[in-house]
Amino acid sequence: MKGLNITLPGLVAIVLLAVIPLLPVPPFIITLMDNVGLASLVAIGLVLLTGVGGLTSFGQAAFCGFGAYTTALLTTSYGLSPWLTLPVSLAVGALIALPLGLITMRLSGHYLPLGTIAWGIAIYYLFGQLDFLGRYDGITGIPPLQIAGYRFLDTTSMYYVIWAFVLIFAFGARNLLDSRVGRGIRALRGGSAAAEAFGVNTARAKLTVFIFAAIAASLSGWLYAHLQRTVNPTPFGLNMGIEYLLMAVLGGAGHIWGAIFGAGIVLALKELLQRYLPWLVGHSGNFEAVFFGILLVMMLQFARDGLWSFVLRLLPASAPKPKAQPGTESLPKRDMPAPGTPLVTLEKARKQFGGLVAVNDVSFEIGAGEIIGLIGPNGAGKSTTFDLITGVTSLSTGQIRISGRPAGVHRPGDVARQGIARTFQHAKIFPDMTALENAALGAHLRGSAGVLRSFLHLERGEEAKLLAEADRQLERVGLSEVRDRPAGDLPLGQLRILEIARALALDPNLVLLDEPAAGLRHGEKQQLAELLRKLRSEGVAILLVEHDMSFVMELVDRLVVLDFGTVIARGDPHQVRNDPAVIAAYLGGVA
Amino acid sequence: MDSTILAFLIQDGVTSGAIYALLGLSLVLVFAVTRVIFIPQGEFVAYGALTLAVLDVGRIPGTLPLLMGLGIAAFVFDLASFRQSFRPQHLITSALVNLVLPAIVYGLVVTVLPMQPGPIVRALLAILIIAPMGLYIYRVAFRPLANASVLVLLITSVGVHLAMMGLGLFAFGAEGLRAQPLMRGSFSLGFLPIPAQSLWIYGATIAAMVGLYIFFERTILGKALRATAVNRLGARLVGVRTNLTGGTAFVLASTIGAISGVLIAPITTIYYDTGFLIGLKGFVAAIIGGLSSFPVTAVAAIGVGLVEAFASFFASNFKEIIVFSLLIPVLIWRSLTTDPHEDE
Repeated sequence: MKGLNITLPGLVAIVLLAVIPLLPVPPFIITLMDNVGLASLVAIGLVLLTGVGGLTSFGQAAFCGFGAYTTALLTTSYGLSPWLTLPVSLAVGALIALPLGLITMRLSGHYLPLGTIAWGIAIYYLFGQLDFLGRYDGITGIPPLQIAGYRFLDTTSMYYVIWAFVLIFAFGARNLLDSRVGRGIRALRGGSAAAEAFGVNTARAKLTVFIFAAIAASLSGWLYAHLQRTVNPTPFGLNMGIEYLLMAVLGGAGHIWGAIFGAGIVLALKELLQRYLPWLVGHSGNFEAVFFGILLVMMLQFARDGLWSFVLRLLPASAPKPKAQPGTESLPKRDMPAPGTPLVTLEKARKQFGGLVAVNDVSFEIGAGEIIGLIGPNGAGKSTTFDLITGVTSLSTGQIRISGRPAGVHRPGDVARQGIARTFQHAKIFPDMTALENAALGAHLRGSAGVLRSFLHLERGEEAKLLAEADRQLERVGLSEVRDRPAGDLPLGQLRILEIARALALDPNLVLLDEPAAGLRHGEKQQLAELLRKLRSEGVAILLVEHDMSFVMELVDRLVVLDFGTVIARGDPHQVRNDPAVIAAYLGGVA
Repeated sequence: MDSTILAFLIQDGVTSGAIYALLGLSLVLVFAVTRVIFIPQGEFVAYGALTLAVLDVGRIPGTLPLLMGLGIAAFVFDLASFRQSFRPQHLITSALVNLVLPAIVYGLVVTVLPMQPGPIVRALLAILIIAPMGLYIYRVAFRPLANASVLVLLITSVGVHLAMMGLGLFAFGAEGLRAQPLMRGSFSLGFLPIPAQSLWIYGATIAAMVGLYIFFERTILGKALRATAVNRLGARLVGVRTNLTGGTAFVLASTIGAISGVLIAPITTIYYDTGFLIGLKGFVAAIIGGLSSFPVTAVAAIGVGLVEAFASFFASNFKEIIVFSLLIPVLIWRSLTTDPHEDE
């Protein structure tokens, strides 16, 4: 399988996993390892959901329950083969997750976890009340897995089945994160505005990880049912759901291998605590909860990146992404419209916030291949105009045409599809991703690979093209040296340039730049001006909001001046500079 | 179903609803001021109820040493923070609040208890033991994370819930307990008898609402809490000490939790883990109120109580399932009416 890309420590770990049952270890170790494997699957799903996607669920144990009960019911009551129930179990998990996800995804972050607490409890009681699921006694007599007559009856043979699934899922999850879809998922934590502006459907990305996590949990439940060969509601309650989250946080939300690590630590600790705590305390009970609760709080206070980040420091750094092969095809480019063709036309665009008219019947046009400066004092309505064009806010009245067609109620993603890319006044870069990955996010709409192809890494050809494009844009803006650095390490000036590289990766015919020169040094501004002129010569139009007047004046073809939401002047730089209204707006008029 | 059963169910539903309203209100309060979704609210209910039940039989409840322990933990956290900035009066304040206060409570309980005090004094003692815990738990678990995201605070909250529930088991054991009523007998409203204990519950709920209203509208600390709720940074800039407002919100929450516990201890058997479910029903109400509206939360809580009462009559096995499924239509409705671009 290409793209497995295993490092030496990883290989050692896999070999070790394979030989453990052959060594003279006590049987309870194998049982423990089986449980670690089952929990790892759930925790991997949670890592994607919590650590990467910025969402949380306390109800993953309920999904395990759906996976387990589905196969238990179908194999015992209907005599289906366990291998046939595997896809059914996973599908049930996904189908339950879909409506729950749809309901909560549009709400702000904390409604999903709260919802999962409620349903974690409700579903536990439901399992215990339904007659056909055996009420609290559950279902017994589940057949073992079987391949060519061999029955996976004991813990050791199931060990190999469980860990094979864990490894498939872990590598798949890693592949998924390292892909076009994965960049969209990883962008969820940084706020949705920037990802949306490049056509990432953030609601769908959230739903994708949520369903992925549900499928991982259902798989764990399916394996559990065939390991124990009996199911009852107890392991699918809220407490287990919380324990799974503890594993993800402890291992390191954000690291796939951390999930396995966290599952191992939590279950080993639980084993120890359950053995020795009652002896310490003097009577038996669920005392490890105290320990786990305090541990969870301490992790969040003192090591929010989890324990795996400490392990990572001991391991060799992963190799940077290879540069594109010289023969890599480049992505198809957009046909540039003829110079002067109207790209965006504002017709009496108006935006009112209550009684405040932020943009007052503004009309202007941006033609292909020209640089237009949108200037005005603070609070003039420049940023609101920007938001209107890019679909972040909707018009009160008036109209915006994009490529001649009325835009209607448009969303940021629609604007991106029309070839309009933007930067943000406060750079919105994803600090955990490398500069290269940030730039590649700009090319999101130029690829099409979905979740399954990404999971299996069957989209490597397309991915190589996307990364080659990102590399090309980084080189164009002069950021090749920092391509493998996390963007969070870059100084502000480079972040602004990186935003431009990301915008260019969209292959835009219009770029909207919101104060690109702010925070740049003189030399960097010269380079930026040079780049913008070059873009114009290639037929790219630019709308520039900028406060540095000398930068604007020597660059733009035309200026539109706003004050209090109204256009007070327009024309070439020379005209505008001598316009009495503009002078009054900037320097204060005669009372 | 005849009108007697109907009346009984309504009375039962309103009584539990009043308790859920108390809890829902403190959840909204804590969330508004500190952004903490306070899952362990229900643990204070169980602590309050079990503490009263143990005091009733004249023994020292396990929550008393727990209070001392939490105070010491909070003091240690204060000591650690003095490494950054130390002022002697801070050390004195910290010692007074974290060490002397629990010691006084301890002294009070061991002095008063042998005198065989009446039920109301015992209830007050129970509340006194539980109320300061809110402050220490805020100090130890949440204040160090004051700037973290809502999500991190929520996970922290679940960690605190686990720990508090385990400590509850440790302090009270796995047996369920029931306290003596604050007042025996009942009043009749037409044909419907209303136990005196229920009147206490209605009274406490109304008093808490009026009290909170006066606190927020008429006192400077209440206004500081509201300011923190609107804008934490802005409140700091105008001199509101957000650690103080956060601590106040938590003490209000633990006090209201303890009061609720004391009120329900005589009418139902409470186990160490009962509080969690009770607290979550307060949550259902608070979520219906969007975690922001006190009046909507209060009304929703009564609704939750009524649904629960009727569900336990018609489909008692599915009671919890029905109550928690109430959230689904609420979330759908919120999802359809919320603009996703508002919340980032």
